Amino acid sequence: MSDAALPLLATSYEARFPHVFRQPFWQRFGPVTFVAGLVLYLVYAAFFFDVGNVIRSGHWDRAALFLSDWVSWNTGVEFRTSSGTVTARYPKFSALGNDPHPDWVIANADGTTTIDVAGKGGSVTMSTTDAYVTKDGQTAHARLGGDKPVIVGVAPSWFTPNDDGDLVADFGFTGQIIVESDRVKINKRFLGWPNFFFDTDSPFFGKPFGEDIALIVSGPDLVEGRPNWQLAFDNFWNNAEWQHGDIIVKLLETLVMAFLGTLLGAFVAFPLGFLAARNVTPNRALNWTLKRLFDFLRSVDMLIWALFFTRAFGPGPLAGSAAIFLTEAGTLGKIYSEGLENIDDKQREGITSTGASEVLVHRYGVVPQVLPIMVSQTLYQWESNTRGATIIGAVGAGGIGLKLWEAMRTNVNWANVFYMVLLILAVVFIFDSLSNTLRSRLIGRQR
Amino acid sequence: MSVVSSSSPAGSAHQVLLDWQTLSRQRQLYTVLGVLLLLVALCGSIRFADENNAGHFVDRLPHLFDFLSWLIPNDWNDVWRALFDLASPHDNGTEQYNFPLGRVYLLGDLYLPEYFYLMLVTINVALVSTIVGFVGGLAFCFIVARNFSPSNWLRIPIKRTMELFRAFPEIVIAGLFAAIISIGPVAAILAISIHCIGALTKLFYEVVENIDMKPDEGLTAVGANWITRVRFAGLPQVLPDFLSYALLRLEINVRASTIIGAVGAVGIGQELKLSISRGFGAKTLALVLLLFVTIFIVDQLSAWLRRRLIGEQAFLLQGVGK
Repeated sequence: MSDAALPLLATSYEARFPHVFRQPFWQRFGPVTFVAGLVLYLVYAAFFFDVGNVIRSGHWDRAALFLSDWVSWNTGVEFRTSSGTVTARYPKFSALGNDPHPDWVIANADGTTTIDVAGKGGSVTMSTTDAYVTKDGQTAHARLGGDKPVIVGVAPSWFTPNDDGDLVADFGFTGQIIVESDRVKINKRFLGWPNFFFDTDSPFFGKPFGEDIALIVSGPDLVEGRPNWQLAFDNFWNNAEWQHGDIIVKLLETLVMAFLGTLLGAFVAFPLGFLAARNVTPNRALNWTLKRLFDFLRSVDMLIWALFFTRAFGPGPLAGSAAIFLTEAGTLGKIYSEGLENIDDKQREGITSTGASEVLVHRYGVVPQVLPIMVSQTLYQWESNTRGATIIGAVGAGGIGLKLWEAMRTNVNWANVFYMVLLILAVVFIFDSLSNTLRSRLIGRQR
Repeated sequence: MSVVSSSSPAGSAHQVLLDWQTLSRQRQLYTVLGVLLLLVALCGSIRFADENNAGHFVDRLPHLFDFLSWLIPNDWNDVWRALFDLASPHDNGTEQYNFPLGRVYLLGDLYLPEYFYLMLVTINVALVSTIVGFVGGLAFCFIVARNFSPSNWLRIPIKRTMELFRAFPEIVIAGLFAAIISIGPVAAILAISIHCIGALTKLFYEVVENIDMKPDEGLTAVGANWITRVRFAGLPQVLPDFLSYALLRLEINVRASTIIGAVGAVGIGQELKLSISRGFGAKTLALVLLLFVTIFIVDQLSAWLRRRLIGEQAFLLQGVGK
C-alpha cells in the first residue's frame, strides 16, 4: 500500500492538481477583464453624461440652504426711519400673520427699538439716526441718514459694506442684519415648522398651545352656531400653508392605487396563472399564449400604461390603479404560474386517485401547496407598489407624487416637501411591517 | 394516552370529531370575515379612487378606447420612419412628422436615430446606477452582515442608513438633486443609485448571513485579517447570488429610469410622455415598440444569465424578493 502511495506523494502538487495551477486563460483573467470592462464603461458613461461639468456647475451652496429650509423658516423685516419714527414693515402673507408684534422686536423706553436676531450673539438697537449692531458682545455704531450709512469709530471685521455700500452683519444660520441709510433690514431664521396647525387667518392663530386647547375644549364659540372643535379641525384641515387635508387625501390616493392595482391584478392573475401553468393545464398553445401575454403586460411597463390611462380617465388615482393593475396582472401571472409549475405532483395524484373531479383536485391538491407562497408574493408586490405608486403619480396618475414633485420643482417650500417625505416614509414603513408580519405568519419566518 | 382512550374509545373519538368541527368552523368564520373585510376595502377603494379622479370610470368607459383613434397612424409606415428618423411624405412642418430632425450624427452621414439615442441614455442611466449600487452593496454588505461585521458601532448605523436609502422613493432624491445640480440624467443616476445601494445591501447581507462559515473559521485560524476573510471565505460563496441580484435590480432600474425620465426630463421617458400628451400616433407607437422590445430583451437576457449563474431553483426563489 505504501508503495502505491509513494509515487503520488512524490509528484508535485502542480502535477496532481493541474486544474488549479494551469487554469484556462478565461478562468484566470475573466474576473479581471470583467472588472476592467466595468471601469471602462464607467469612464465612458462619465463622458457621456458629462458628469464632471454637471457636478462642478451644481449649486452645492444651495444644498445646505434647502436642507435647513426643511426644518426651519425665515422672515425678512424692514425697519424704516423715513417717517421720523422707527416703523416696522413686515412682509405680506408671511408666517408671522397679518398684524404681528413679535417678542424679538422691543420698543425701548428712550424711543429706540431693539431687534434681537441671534439672542446674545447678535442684535441691533436703532433710532432714526443711529444703529448699534452687537455681535458676540462687540458693538458697532453706524450713523444713518446720509447717502450711505457710516461707521462711527473702529469698524469690526464682521461689519462690512456690501457692493451697494450698505453695511452687513452676518450671523450664519440665524440671520443677517443689513444697515442702509434710511432703514435696517433683518433676516431672521427660526427652527421648526411655522403655523403647522393653524394658518394666519385662523382665529386660533398666534395663541399659545394651552390656550388653543382650552378654547377648543371649553371656550365660547368663536363662530356663531359652530362648535369650536369643528372650527379648529376645519382650520387645521384647510391650513393654507400646510394643506394637511389635500396632502392626506393625496397620500390616501397613492395607497389606494397600490392596493386596488395589486388586488385586482391578483384576482385576474390567479385563474390565468392556473391556465398558464404547464402541469396544471396541459395545453401548450394556451400556456404559451398566456405567458407571452404576461411578458407583454410586464414589458409595456407601468409608465406607459399610466400615461395611456391618464389620457383615457383623466389624471387621478383611477389612472394609476389601472396602470398598476395591468402591470401587476402580468407580474403576478408570471410568478403564480412559475409557482404552480414547481408544485409537488404527489398530492394531486392522491386526490385524483380518489376519483375527485378536476376542480376538486385543484382545490385540494394544488391550492393548499401554493396559496401561502402566492399570498406572500402578492404582499411583496403590494409593498413595492406602494413605493412605486408615488413615482407614477408624478406623471399625472394621481396621488402624492405629483404634489411632491411640484413642491420640489418650485424650490420654495422645502419644509412642506419634508413633511410629505416624512409622511411617505412613515406609510412605507407601516406597510412594510404590516406585509412582513402577514407574510411571516403565513409561511413562517423566512430564513 | 392509550390508557385514557381505551376507557371510552367511542367517546374520545366523538370528542375529537367535535373539536375538529369547532376548529374548522372557526377557520371558516375567519376566512369569511377576512374575505368580507377585503371586499369592503376593495369597494371603498374603488369608490374613493373614482371620486378623486378627474374623469369618472362610468363616464369615461365608453371613451376608453378613444385613444386608439389618435394612436392609429394614417400611414403605418410612419412608425418605422419615426423609429429610424426617416423623412415622411406626410411631413407638414409640424412636430408630429419631423422625424429626421432628431438625428444624432456620429460620423459623416452615419447617424443614430433619436429614439435609439434616448433609449441609450435611459439604459446608461440604469446601468451606471446598477453598477454603483452593486459596488455600494458589495462594500457595505459585509460590514452589515452579522457574521462578518467588524463592529456593532459600524453595523447598526450603516444598516439604518441603508434602510433609509431604500425607503426613500427615487423621486424624492431625484427632486432634491434636481434642485442642486440642474434637472437631468446625473440627478436621475444619483437618485436611482442611492435607492439601489440600499436595496442591494439588504439583499446582499441576507445572503452573507446565510453562508457556510467553515472557510471563514479556517482563515481565522491561520490569522487572516478581515479583508482576506471577506475575499477568500465570503466572496466566493456569495458572488453568483450577488451578480444575480444585481441583474434583477438592473431590470427594475431600467423601468425606474424610464419613469424618472418621464418626470425629470431624461431619455426616452420624457419623449414618450410628450408624445402621448400631444397625441402623436406614429411617434408614440414607435416609442412604445422600442421601449417594449428593449425591456423585453433586458428581462430575457437577465433571466438567462441568472439561470446560468444560480440554477433554476434558486432563480425562482430569488424572483420573490424584488
